[in-house]
Amino acid sequence: MSEVRTRVLVIEDEAPMRRFLRTTLNAHGYAPIEAASATEGLALATQHGPELVLLDLGLPDRDGLEVTGELRQWSEVPIIVLSARGLERDKVAALDAGADDYLTKPFGVNELLARIRVAMRHRGRAPLPAAAVWSVGPIEIDDARHEVRVRQEPVHLTPIEYRLLAFMARNAGRVLTHRQLLHEVWGPGATSQTHYLRVYMTHLRRKMERDPARPALILNEPGVGYRLCDEP
Amino acid sequence: MSKRDDDGRPDPDALLARVRAEERHATRAKLRLWLGASPGVGKTYTMLENAQRLRREGVDVVIGVVETHGRAETAALLEGLEELPRRRVPYRGRTLTELDLDAALARAPQVLLLDELAHTNVPGSRHAKRWQDAMELLDAGVEVHGTLNVQHVESLNDVIAQITHVRVRETVPDALVERADEIELIDVPPEVVLERLREGKVYVPDQAARAAEGFFRPGNLLALRELALRLTAEHVDAEMRAWRHQQGIAATWPARERIMVCVGPSPASARVVRAARRMAAVLRAPWMAAYVEKGSQSHFLSDRDRTRLAAHLMLAESLGAEVVGLAGERPAEALLALARDRNVSRIVIGKPAHARWRDLIYGSLLNDLIRGSGDIDVHVIAGDGAARDEAAVDPGGGPPRRAADGAPYLWGLLPVALSTIIGALSRDYLDLADVAMAYLVGISVTATFLGRGPSLAASVASVAAFDFFFVPPYFTFTVSDLRYVFTFAVMLCAGVLISSLTNRVREQSRAGRERERRTAALYALTRALAGARDAEAIARVAAEQLDEVFESPAVLLVGAPHGVTCPAPSALELSEADRTVARWALEHHRPAGRGLDTLAGARVIAMPLLAEGRARGALTIVPRPETRFDDPGQRHLLDAFVAQIALALERAQLADEAQRAALRAETEEIRSSLLSSVSHDLRTPIGTILGTSTALLDPSATLDVGERDELVGVIRDESTRLARLVSNLLDMTRVEAGTLEVKKEWIPLEEVVGSALARMAEELREREVEVVVARDAMAPMDPVLLEQVLVNLLGNAAKHTPAGTPIEVRAGTDSDRAWLEVADRGPGIAPGLEARIFDKFFRGDARTSGAGLGLAICRGIVVAHGGAIHAANRAGGGVTFRLTLPVEGAPPVVPTEPAGA
Repeated sequence: MSEVRTRVLVIEDEAPMRRFLRTTLNAHGYAPIEAASATEGLALATQHGPELVLLDLGLPDRDGLEVTGELRQWSEVPIIVLSARGLERDKVAALDAGADDYLTKPFGVNELLARIRVAMRHRGRAPLPAAAVWSVGPIEIDDARHEVRVRQEPVHLTPIEYRLLAFMARNAGRVLTHRQLLHEVWGPGATSQTHYLRVYMTHLRRKMERDPARPALILNEPGVGYRLCDEP
Repeated sequence: MSKRDDDGRPDPDALLARVRAEERHATRAKLRLWLGASPGVGKTYTMLENAQRLRREGVDVVIGVVETHGRAETAALLEGLEELPRRRVPYRGRTLTELDLDAALARAPQVLLLDELAHTNVPGSRHAKRWQDAMELLDAGVEVHGTLNVQHVESLNDVIAQITHVRVRETVPDALVERADEIELIDVPPEVVLERLREGKVYVPDQAARAAEGFFRPGNLLALRELALRLTAEHVDAEMRAWRHQQGIAATWPARERIMVCVGPSPASARVVRAARRMAAVLRAPWMAAYVEKGSQSHFLSDRDRTRLAAHLMLAESLGAEVVGLAGERPAEALLALARDRNVSRIVIGKPAHARWRDLIYGSLLNDLIRGSGDIDVHVIAGDGAARDEAAVDPGGGPPRRAADGAPYLWGLLPVALSTIIGALSRDYLDLADVAMAYLVGISVTATFLGRGPSLAASVASVAAFDFFFVPPYFTFTVSDLRYVFTFAVMLCAGVLISSLTNRVREQSRAGRERERRTAALYALTRALAGARDAEAIARVAAEQLDEVFESPAVLLVGAPHGVTCPAPSALELSEADRTVARWALEHHRPAGRGLDTLAGARVIAMPLLAEGRARGALTIVPRPETRFDDPGQRHLLDAFVAQIALALERAQLADEAQRAALRAETEEIRSSLLSSVSHDLRTPIGTILGTSTALLDPSATLDVGERDELVGVIRDESTRLARLVSNLLDMTRVEAGTLEVKKEWIPLEEVVGSALARMAEELREREVEVVVARDAMAPMDPVLLEQVLVNLLGNAAKHTPAGTPIEVRAGTDSDRAWLEVADRGPGIAPGLEARIFDKFFRGDARTSGAGLGLAICRGIVVAHGGAIHAANRAGGGVTFRLTLPVEGAPPVVPTEPAGA
């Protein structure tokens, strides 16, 4: 546990949820700052300059989406949105508006901490790794040679598959929306061609997964996007 | 209307039919039916009661087939009755029992009981249906007692399917019902049937249980009851008529008083109508108002007379009379035929107001009526003297007013000229008498095609031509021999006679055609209305039919909070004035509009649609031509249309109300069942969490680390359970509310299966899961919802099968659909419950936890996709859940790229 604790701003109107987050964050070496409304949250964000924001999408005074947009105007602070299941559209909107990740309520402590760790790692909009060769879990990528190995086995990828994988690997552990992936790999004109993505993901899985029907590397986030698993 | 000719002889066809019926009665045994509106009214019970009574009386009664369905009361009635052993038929691995027809024929009892005549026999039996067995037994002289539900009657099948939304496949032909010598209706109010259903006293086969839920609604039962009552009434009526026909109709049936008032255009008629009404009220007798249209008489009536006649008929109708229009050359005969046909006991007619000499020329209706009335009383009522009008024409006839049109008269001379030419050409071979005959033929032709006037003229012309050309001295009108004067007289008489007789036949057939046309129109309307379920459909049918029959645009309006509204889109634009007419008619329960007492200046006519004393709506018509409904015939037909539409509208509105009431009751029931089911499932985890956390916080308790961890684990597990239940409830609410938004995208089946398996990884850790998914198969679906379906199915398999048993997931596509299967090796589903497990709150095993929502959600989602889901037991144990989704179009093309990095 370091002396300077990471400041985490929690914007959440439900007191029991705040209590749970406060206790958990304290116990794991973070310094929580609590806000019960969007207005208060934005004020505390300018005041304290937190290193991470946990933002509930269902706030009473303002839309969580607006809060994300407003924070993004002046800050690159990682934002993790909290939302209930069935509201996939809101999550995608928040992610496309600049949020870094999301957590579906109810969630457990391990999930929360994992998301926070990933978000902290990608802080500052994920600068490209300096090394030409890097690895995510069992995946090794040689960016100079455009070569990929999984569990030490070389895997032959098409250019699009490579670009897809490389983009996901740079954002390992983070959820990427369909729109973000399409925009990155196929360009701004193809952001609605979700089926391209689905077909290429199927191909990638066949080449990389042990059991493509039960994927362990490229995880599906139904209605939202994909996430490359960064845990071994 | 009467099936007799004007001369009082029974119709030969009717006679023949009766003779045939009598022959059948003599040789064929009796068929007795116990008819019910629905299962559960007690047909079998009543039939058996009757059989017991017959047995005590010493009748040889044998049971062919009777199903007690395990009801003790019914079974008790079997005691002492001989029962034929059933024929055992192996069918698809089961043994079914059927009536042993040969044994029944060999045993030849006096009376044989056959339950459920509509039953379908096992394939391979002699007849496809049990009623055919009954027919054979009847032919063999065995009296058959059978039971039947009204929905099995063939001609009612369509109507009932429309009412109940349940199509009955087992039907009996109407001929069977007509063949029945006696029908006993088991009439039980719907409440009683529903009560019996609740008590489990109504037998419903398992596979039909779901259909039955929709079937046993009060609205359906009411409608079925009505149909059963009607069917029975028709049968009784037919019997009654047959009996009277046997008696030659000479005497009326003195069942009760019935009054008929004769209505004409004379102003005095109004008073006569009121007098008849009073008489009817005193005698508590039904009454009717009759008018006779004499051949083409409607052309002879002045506009003023026609309006007055219509007003009198309307008056009679508003006073509660049934209005009947007749056509015939002899009004007295037509009226008396109607009176006999309808069992009229008193005829009311006005005193004649015209001069005596007219009776001598045109005949007296009153005299004819009194002379022919037989045992019917004739009441002659004084008219209102002050209103006496010389122009009045009584329905008995009147002088033609129409200006003669010349053309037919000229055409009428053509046969005369032809006869003359034929006579001239053959004068050497023919006798003078033969030439006269040729002229008579010419007169007949003229009478047949051109009517009375031209044929009379042709008669005179024929006599003149005969004299001029053929009677010496030739080419003068002078007659040398006085003998020929007599020939002329005979010829003229014959000509006049032929023309008036032919003319009468012509008019009768014209009137007959007209009547037929009206009946056909009314029949078409009734049929079209039978298929109309709601006010909108009825409005559409009414507009179509009125436009077709009266060539006048019409629109049906129903009452609305601020005036009137049209339930169906209409081509007819109504002005504010038109709507006012309709509103008036609706509010005052009386017709209004063009040419009527109220709002006579309007463009439209509005007829209130009255049923059960309430105005259900108003029919608004723009008459074309404007005077169309001044004609009593057209007006009468319109009234009949209005009455039919009113009945249909009432039926629709009542059905609507009943449905709403049923929906309310159903919602209430769902709510209470949800509360009882959910409250238990919610309370249990909450109780556990509360108790466990209190134990953890208790300062006096000394818990070691292991114990603390265990208690915390309990809290976590129970919370998970609670979270799942709440999420299921929310999903179910979305499915139920119909707000489920299906966002279809082309998804690889591999992906949706993979993501569901990933989400269920924890629950399936101990299992062997075999996955077979067709490569590159894609289908349009909502990925989030479909994943939920698979998660629920996998969760269901994990929960209901023993730990460690394998689970298989398969998916693929056919030509036009995609399918997904989840199969397990668990205990399987109890037979008959394959469909019910998808019902809300249904739990196959009461011991397992859960609200019984998972599979209901699956079905809701799949159905929202336009697909279907089924469960079936597998050979070798276990269940396969299979869902299919429609695949329309081809998957989108993904641009290819060169392989290699």
